[in-house]
Amino acid sequence: MISDIIAIIRDYWLLLLIGQYPNGPLGGLAATLILSVLAIAFAFPVSIALALARLSKSPFLNWPVTALVYFTRGVPLLMLILWGYFLVPLATGANVPSFLTMLVTLVVYQGAFLSEVVRGGVVALGHGQMEAARALGHSYLGAMRYVILPQALYNVIPSIISVFVSTIKDTTLGYVINVPDLTFAASQINNQLLTQPFQVFFILAAVYYVICWSLTRVAVATEGRITRKRAGTVPLQTAKSLKLAALTDQPS
Amino acid sequence: MSSFDLTEILGNPEYVSMLLLGIKMTFVVAIGSWTLAMTLALLLLGLRYAPGPFGNAFVTVYVSYHRNVPTLVQLLLWYFGIFTLMPDPVTFWLNDHNAEAIFAVIGLGLCQAAYFSEDLRSGMRAVSPGQMEAARALGHSYVSAMRFVMVPQGVRNALPALVNHSVSLFKNSSLAVAIGVAELTYAVKEIENLSFRTFESYLLVTVLYLVFSLMIMAAGAYIARRADPLRRARP
Repeated sequence: MISDIIAIIRDYWLLLLIGQYPNGPLGGLAATLILSVLAIAFAFPVSIALALARLSKSPFLNWPVTALVYFTRGVPLLMLILWGYFLVPLATGANVPSFLTMLVTLVVYQGAFLSEVVRGGVVALGHGQMEAARALGHSYLGAMRYVILPQALYNVIPSIISVFVSTIKDTTLGYVINVPDLTFAASQINNQLLTQPFQVFFILAAVYYVICWSLTRVAVATEGRITRKRAGTVPLQTAKSLKLAALTDQPS
Repeated sequence: MSSFDLTEILGNPEYVSMLLLGIKMTFVVAIGSWTLAMTLALLLLGLRYAPGPFGNAFVTVYVSYHRNVPTLVQLLLWYFGIFTLMPDPVTFWLNDHNAEAIFAVIGLGLCQAAYFSEDLRSGMRAVSPGQMEAARALGHSYVSAMRFVMVPQGVRNALPALVNHSVSLFKNSSLAVAIGVAELTYAVKEIENLSFRTFESYLLVTVLYLVFSLMIMAAGAYIARRADPLRRARP
């Protein structure tokens, strides 16, 4: 069993790492990581905009975004991917690579989840910060930009890392629309070997485990750092943080 | 492209029966794996508190694996990997009894158990130890202090997280399509293939998923309201 696993890694490590690049699209682990990093990089500004809209008192900003958040929380990501697969080529009128479709879907999906995290960070700061900033002559947006968001975003860094971990796990769903990622590479290997599915998928699980576990450790360490740094200044809102943890820590 | 027309799907008895079968299978998978997950979560929680280092270490490894490996990969490992390692009689029996659905329930249930047990644990940890001491001082035994003081508060703390994860379990039942379970996502792909009505069929199934998820969220909010001691204390 173990010798089989070593043999598979020896024979197919390049396919697992970069897919069929340069003879085909970039795939494997590289594609998984690039896809996740791009998704979270685009989702971050989107999520701040969504969070600000949800925090605003204007119903025209508030309601559509609340609806979007409930929509993304209530519909399986798989269904959103199918929508993306159908709508993105329709909207752009071109033959879009599945990688791009997946990226767009992930930005929408994780943007909505991340906006809840950002909103949670802002709410957890309390009213005092905003009131003090306003009293000092900041406009609403100025207070957000210079007082609220810098603190709130700093406090939610661990949750952002957790969302990044879920994004990595979510990229596996690209499998259904043939995004050439790590899972796709593993199933290609499985189709070539045919006789050793357990070994192939074991390697796949192990690779994901190593990446996500390390990132989770980073999140935990950062959380400890931030808590120590902010000791005494952040109110202990156990129920709120539990709810937040459940949002960011999604199985996928 | 033809214009939007839902009756193309809802008016066709064949498609409607496919949808209904899909809904049924989604619920079989979701409820089956929820039950398995909750049972296992309670066992894992018990192991956490069990004396000796072994139980705690086991649960740590269990939770770590199931939280850091994508659910889809866990399902693939179960269905394509572990299934083939099983002895022949078991394989035959499983093949006769919808092996795909059984492995979907096992895979999703084992994965979700890790999340549920962590929810319950952090809920219990949020109850101040003073509660236990006070209950003991008032003459409760350990078990009865747990039963009447600690667990009700712990579960109440964990409720929002449990509801969120129940919703995501329901959503994740759609992953079963990757191992060929004929649930709702499978049904929509079939209907789309047959009818070429992509927009209508996706819209229908999206609304169905959304309604069921919102119902779970609403049920969670109702239970949370019912369990709120401030509300219960009022006449």
